Amino acid sequence: MTQHPLELFAVDGLIDSDAKDMRDTVRAVLADRVRPHIAQWYEDATIPARELTRELGALGLLGMHLEGYGCAGTSATAYGLACMELEAVDSGVRSLVSVQGSLAMFAIWRYGSEEQKQEWLPRMAAGEAIGCFGLTEADFGSNPGGMRTSAKRDGDDWVLSGSKMWITNGAVADVAIVWARTDEGIRGFVVPTDSPGFTANEITRKMSLRASVTAELVLDGVRLPASAMLPDARGLSGPLSCLSEARFGIVFGALGAARDCLEVTIDYCREREIFDKPLAAYQLTQAKLADMTLELGKGVLLALHLGHLKDTVGVRNEQISLGKLNSTREAIAIARECRTLLAANGITGEYPIMRHANNLESVLTYEGTSEVHQLVIGQALTGESAFR
Amino acid sequence: MNIVVCVKYVPDAQSERGFDASDNTTDRENVDGLLSELDEYAVEEALKLVEAGEGEVTVLTIGPEQAADAVKKALQMGADKGVHVSDAAISGSDAPATSLVLAEAIRKIGGADLVLTGMASTDGSMSVVPAMLAERLGLPQVTFASELTVDGDTVTIRRDGDAASETITASLPALVSVTDQINEPRYPSFKGIMAAKKKPVERWSLADLGIDSSQVGLGAAWTKVEDVTKRPPRQQGTIVPDEGDGGARLAEFLASQKFI
Ligand SMILES: Cc1cc2nc3c(=O)[nH]c(=O)nc-3n(C[C@H](O)[C@H](O)[C@H](O)COP(=O)(O)OP(=O)(O)OC[C@H]3O[C@@H](n4cnc5c(N)ncnc54)[C@H](O)[C@@H]3O)c2cc1C
Ligand SMILES: Cc1cc2nc3c(=O)[nH]c(=O)nc-3n(C[C@H](O)[C@H](O)[C@H](O)COP(=O)(O)OP(=O)(O)OC[C@H]3O[C@@H](n4cnc5c(N)ncnc54)[C@H](O)[C@@H]3O)c2cc1C
Repeated sequence: MTQHPLELFAVDGLIDSDAKDMRDTVRAVLADRVRPHIAQWYEDATIPARELTRELGALGLLGMHLEGYGCAGTSATAYGLACMELEAVDSGVRSLVSVQGSLAMFAIWRYGSEEQKQEWLPRMAAGEAIGCFGLTEADFGSNPGGMRTSAKRDGDDWVLSGSKMWITNGAVADVAIVWARTDEGIRGFVVPTDSPGFTANEITRKMSLRASVTAELVLDGVRLPASAMLPDARGLSGPLSCLSEARFGIVFGALGAARDCLEVTIDYCREREIFDKPLAAYQLTQAKLADMTLELGKGVLLALHLGHLKDTVGVRNEQISLGKLNSTREAIAIARECRTLLAANGITGEYPIMRHANNLESVLTYEGTSEVHQLVIGQALTGESAFR
Repeated sequence: MNIVVCVKYVPDAQSERGFDASDNTTDRENVDGLLSELDEYAVEEALKLVEAGEGEVTVLTIGPEQAADAVKKALQMGADKGVHVSDAAISGSDAPATSLVLAEAIRKIGGADLVLTGMASTDGSMSVVPAMLAERLGLPQVTFASELTVDGDTVTIRRDGDAASETITASLPALVSVTDQINEPRYPSFKGIMAAKKKPVERWSLADLGIDSSQVGLGAAWTKVEDVTKRPPRQQGTIVPDEGDGGARLAEFLASQKFI
């Protein structure tokens, strides 16, 4: 009898039965609806975003850890575990869900007016409306505070001008949460994507996150009523708190991609005969598998710990940074190591390894690069800010 | 309309299934189990009927401790209440005994306008429990429904056969077994999963149902599994290298096996 890497860590004992049932449901739905197609979607650089969003919405997956307004109101840990299942299939699918639930819906849920919540959240939870989150600009990624997109008062209205870059779901969204500079600092706006002056240009030729829509948003004098501003978000802390929510999902998600690579690789090593015996029977292989399993398991234990904190006393941003840094860094290392074991087969689309590895390049970068999270942790340790 | 759905907890076909060496009954203790997939169609059909009208869906299972999972799954899908009949004496029961316990449980529930079952369990797969249960309850039985509608006091089903499809009606209350063609069972939603914990589940023993333990169990079974042998591993297939006569040799092979 062989054991699954996570069975070795007996992680299931740390998860309550609701979260386990939700995880198993997500796994079953994805196995049924997404897994059979994902390699092709990736190859074709496409994702049936609308259809998929509706299906995941029917399940209650979108904004699942938010309360009210049609959201399921699950634990944060259950949300994390769902992200792990999503990303075990593909980081692009997880990105769609992260942006919808943790960035766009969370921004409205946390900072929106009652009217904005009523208008958008139930439809977004059901997957009838897709959201995106525009913070990054071409020249301002790690330093979003430098953004140039502006919102100017014109009577009671706001007029938004500028552009946003690398926006997930951008070209399929019904609503964009756009962060812009105003006389009173950075503010967030709920922008219906059919507003005159709003365009989204899809970014093609990506070598990573191909089963995910990434776009440039152009705001050419987009006129919005006063009610479009998120009343309760003032300054950069607003968008940063949304990012912290989404990062929490990535802490679990990235490990899902690593888990998938490791599962495939263990099976492969047991089947593949080299010099007359299975690849799995070589010490070098076993050392690799053991080390990868250890990193995966440690990562999952940290993720579950952060989940437990978030569900009980709350989790601090620098703690999420620990998880984001660890999960993405170890996941990509695992994917690459798995690739060595599959050798030539590892570079093909027949196996998910290279797809995961390529996806993880984006996951390492977005929602704060690894370097930025090192700086966050460094600042917490030393009291010195080394950002500039 | 109040509906009782009979659901069976069966060993997961994906895991290693086996027999209890002492009495040749299915090993139900040492395997992962689940709500029989074929019974999910019955649950789904009940939920659709109640959602379109009114009433309650009660799920009923007979089975060991872990069979509570089958009830839980049906509640997560949206059923309103559960009944789990469990008693050590039931172990080894045959179809007549199973139908007896189901019948008494349904009486204790207070009857139903409609009793729904799957077309067969995925382990025993005799497809006879529904018929026996209908007989015991004195209900019209309409089996193998691939379509079901209720209009007033009448239930109408379509049964697809090889040669023809039959349309059959019966007056309510009635028992209907449904096939895997009737619908596409839903996945439990997250709200459903969280709500299930708060739904009432009754646990009944044989005594609660007024059944004497001598009427059920292996001892009371009319038939007995005498011996169990594992199917031998599959033989290596015949490989026919195509030397221009591949088609003919394939036809020869099929003819020799009486396939054509
Ligand atoms: C596929 C994809 C999807 C995305 N989706 C979204 C989205 O939906 N919404 C959104 O707003 N953004 C999105 N982004 C943007 C993403 O958040 C940014 O790419 C990220 O913040 C990094 O910014 P940058 O690419 O401009 O890198 P830069 O900021 O130019 O960084 C370049 C390098 O400098 C390093 N660096 C930065 N600051 C420091 C420092 N102080 N000290 C030392 N080194 C430093 C970085 O770590 C990096 O290695 C997405 C990106 C990708 C790739
Ligand atoms: C290995 C093995 C050994 C067996 N040995 C014997 C034996 O020695 N003698 C003997 O007579 N029989 C024996 N049986 C049959 C066993 O008793 C049946 O499994 C049982 O009676 C139910 O019949 P079924 O599973 O064929 O149900 P089916 O008639 O195929 O079930 C149809 C429907 O009835 C309902 N239903 C069935 N069982 C239940 C339940 N427990 N709770 C709620 N609803 C239910 C479900 O809706 C199901 O879809 C054996 C079965 C197996 C697998």
